[in-house]
Amino acid sequence: MTIATIDAVPAERVRGRGGGGPAPTRIVVAYGFWIFILSDFVMFSGLFAAYAVLSGNTAGGPTGSDLFDLRRVFIETMCLLFSSYTCGLGALSAERQQRERFLVFAVFTFVLGAAFLFIEISEFAGMVSKGAGPSRSGFLSGFFTLVGMHGAHVTSGLVWLIYMVAQVIAKGLRPHVLRRLLCWSLFWHALDIIWIGVLTLVYLMGAR
Amino acid sequence: MLGNLSWAAIPFNEPLPIISAAVVVIVILVVLGIITVKGWWPYLWREWITSVDHKHIGVMYVALGLIMLLRGYADAIMMRTQQAIAVGGAQGYLPPDHYNQIFSAHGTIMIFFVAMPLVIGLMNFVVPLQLGVRDVAFPVLNSVSFWLTASGALLVNVSLVIGNFARTGWMGYPPLSELAFSPDVGVDYYLWPLQISGIGTLLTGVNFVTTILKLRAPGMIYFRMPVFCWTALAANMLIIAAFPILTATFVMLLLDRYVGMHFFTNNAGGNQMMYVNLFWAWGHPEVYILILPAFGVFSEVVATFSGKGLFSYRSMVLATLGICILSFMVWLHHFFTMGAGADVNAFFGIMSAIIAVPTGVKIFNWLFTLFRGRIVFTTPILFAIGFMVTFVIGGMTGVLLAVPPVDFVLHNSTFLVAHFHNVIIGGVLFGMLAGYNYWFPKAFGFTLDERWGKASFWCWLVGFYLAFMPLYVLGLMGMTRRLQHIADPSWQPLLLVAELGAIVIFLAVLCQIVQLYVSIRTREVRRDLTGDPWNGRTLEWATSSPPPPYNFAVLPRVETIDAFWEMKRRGPTAVEPTYETIEMPRNSPLGFVIAFFAVIAGFSAIWHIWWLVFLGLLAIAVTVLAFGWSENREHELSANEMARMERARLGLGRPA
Repeated sequence: MTIATIDAVPAERVRGRGGGGPAPTRIVVAYGFWIFILSDFVMFSGLFAAYAVLSGNTAGGPTGSDLFDLRRVFIETMCLLFSSYTCGLGALSAERQQRERFLVFAVFTFVLGAAFLFIEISEFAGMVSKGAGPSRSGFLSGFFTLVGMHGAHVTSGLVWLIYMVAQVIAKGLRPHVLRRLLCWSLFWHALDIIWIGVLTLVYLMGAR
Repeated sequence: MLGNLSWAAIPFNEPLPIISAAVVVIVILVVLGIITVKGWWPYLWREWITSVDHKHIGVMYVALGLIMLLRGYADAIMMRTQQAIAVGGAQGYLPPDHYNQIFSAHGTIMIFFVAMPLVIGLMNFVVPLQLGVRDVAFPVLNSVSFWLTASGALLVNVSLVIGNFARTGWMGYPPLSELAFSPDVGVDYYLWPLQISGIGTLLTGVNFVTTILKLRAPGMIYFRMPVFCWTALAANMLIIAAFPILTATFVMLLLDRYVGMHFFTNNAGGNQMMYVNLFWAWGHPEVYILILPAFGVFSEVVATFSGKGLFSYRSMVLATLGICILSFMVWLHHFFTMGAGADVNAFFGIMSAIIAVPTGVKIFNWLFTLFRGRIVFTTPILFAIGFMVTFVIGGMTGVLLAVPPVDFVLHNSTFLVAHFHNVIIGGVLFGMLAGYNYWFPKAFGFTLDERWGKASFWCWLVGFYLAFMPLYVLGLMGMTRRLQHIADPSWQPLLLVAELGAIVIFLAVLCQIVQLYVSIRTREVRRDLTGDPWNGRTLEWATSSPPPPYNFAVLPRVETIDAFWEMKRRGPTAVEPTYETIEMPRNSPLGFVIAFFAVIAGFSAIWHIWWLVFLGLLAIAVTVLAFGWSENREHELSANEMARMERARLGLGRPA
């Protein structure tokens, strides 16, 4: 259908093509948050690009294959991916108004996320103690900033999770709490996507 | 306790900044005093500071942009004067260190705190009205965006008094901007304010893309949206795709400066050209974030004052989206001299030249809209026509610069300076001033004085040509940008012409201030009682001037492009509509409070006062979490209340 003929269609018949008037709040909130996550991805893409440019610039210091322990990274990755799985189950329980189930899954998600973070911090601490800190070389600056930025996101995701659990306990699974939970779970799943990029570009390609 | 901050930070030995800062501080104190004496604080707090109404936020953005324009202009006239007199044996009145701060501050302020607030301000005011809805998608977030932008502007200006500003130019290229070569706070005064206001801008982008894609009046499918909404959509998509790159880049430079990392350093594996690439991967889309909304304003203005619909609406929309995509494929043309090789330079040269095609489409659309229209020569259309002539010249010098071998000769010359002022003044600024004159009656309920408006336009136009055409010639003669001293006396005559141009632009600014003053004084005779002073075509003219807080009592039904024109053609409906109870967002101090603590945290970060940085960030986190807990963010406006307000607004009596 050409645009000229769309012009002649009355308002009632253009629903589904963006003509149905303002969208409901739930859609608007989730959509807006999704756009925000896209912008976060763009920010990470800048850090990914910087890491890719600098990954060979070790300035005589240690390389990725000297530093990375893929077995530990595997456990770390599994923690994060399973936390996303429990996050998804939690979101489904919340949708069905099963408050206790949601809380149980939230605890699982938090523990797995915290385990991920613990492994990451111990990895960082080990590298710094070996003299491979972020100011050692361009490569390590890129590494600590990219991986650390993801870790900072995980940290804020955990704080947000505690806050959401508090809201669920205090207020119950009311529509506006559900909307915020939806945003939080979008955020948590997005961190997986970033991590897959980190795993591939930093660890798998760097450990060779 | 106070980090690096001490009395030595205040430049008592330099009279110029101290005197100008003292004047600014006195003016601010006088204004605050008047507000206090007159008892205006409750009104300001209720109607403006905590307002989440997109119309009020838009007005505040435009006001911020216009005030910062004065600051940016002051920098400009100081530079022009220095270059006009510091020739041969004379050294002028600005020492190099001060001069370098001025050109850096001029660029930073004009792009981030003049052009951006003006563009975002007009979008805020106009887009929801044109879409026929009651507000943006996230009204409180909108207020947060504004106040973060304002805190960035404040922090940049604090550098006048406490410390100093960057000497790196507005791009802040390393290695000069690294700690090794800029050890004091100058570069930090550049980075932190831009990070803070950058977050505000990003949130604006999220807000407006969501608004335009998800909140439109019934029947307003994409191809019935006014062109300004299309350009706003394009600009905000560019904000989402480009601003995070700048944030990431500045994070890296900050880590270099504060933690000793090696992203852009000379040693230990840093790479300076990576900064330049990343900066322009943001910087070139930024150019289009600014110019596309200006194109949108011109489209509205040209159609309205020609009395006919825009010529080839669809090609205008496609050209806008084409520019939107192409803008990400040309960043390397800002540094052909990097030496990326002939093939890379050729690709980016060709891509840059291709952008002229959709832009040319737009110029022809406007020309054909004017053609055989009944043109009403008001101030906005004068700016639009002045823009078309001026922008074509700027565009053609741009295509010239897009040819890599030519660019190798002209890179960093005043030819380049003339080119981008040509497109930014002749394009963005003319567009914003056209929009300011065009939508002012909608915002305040009375029109601006035409005589002073036209005087201002002619001064802007003549002043621009006098100030920048000589720079094209000087660039061809070999003059590079940012010279504090002119060694070749044969350049002086043209620099004096440029100085004259800057003075004529001062007259333009003066005319604008007088225009505002005269218009306010004579507002009673220039009231816009119809809500439609220009015989407009789009929905913002369907409401009263100024619009009620809810914009539209009943959302309009849209059945064509230029929806309001169609409504007028069909004639008014006699029946009073049935009103429904609606929810309106409550005022919120969230934005102001966050911005307050952001200023504290930013200032402390600049001076390495870490405990205060921590407290500031903690306060922001607590504020956000406290707001996140609240629920009563809307209040109901009942159908009866709405009916009463509408009858009062339309001057109707009680229904029989």
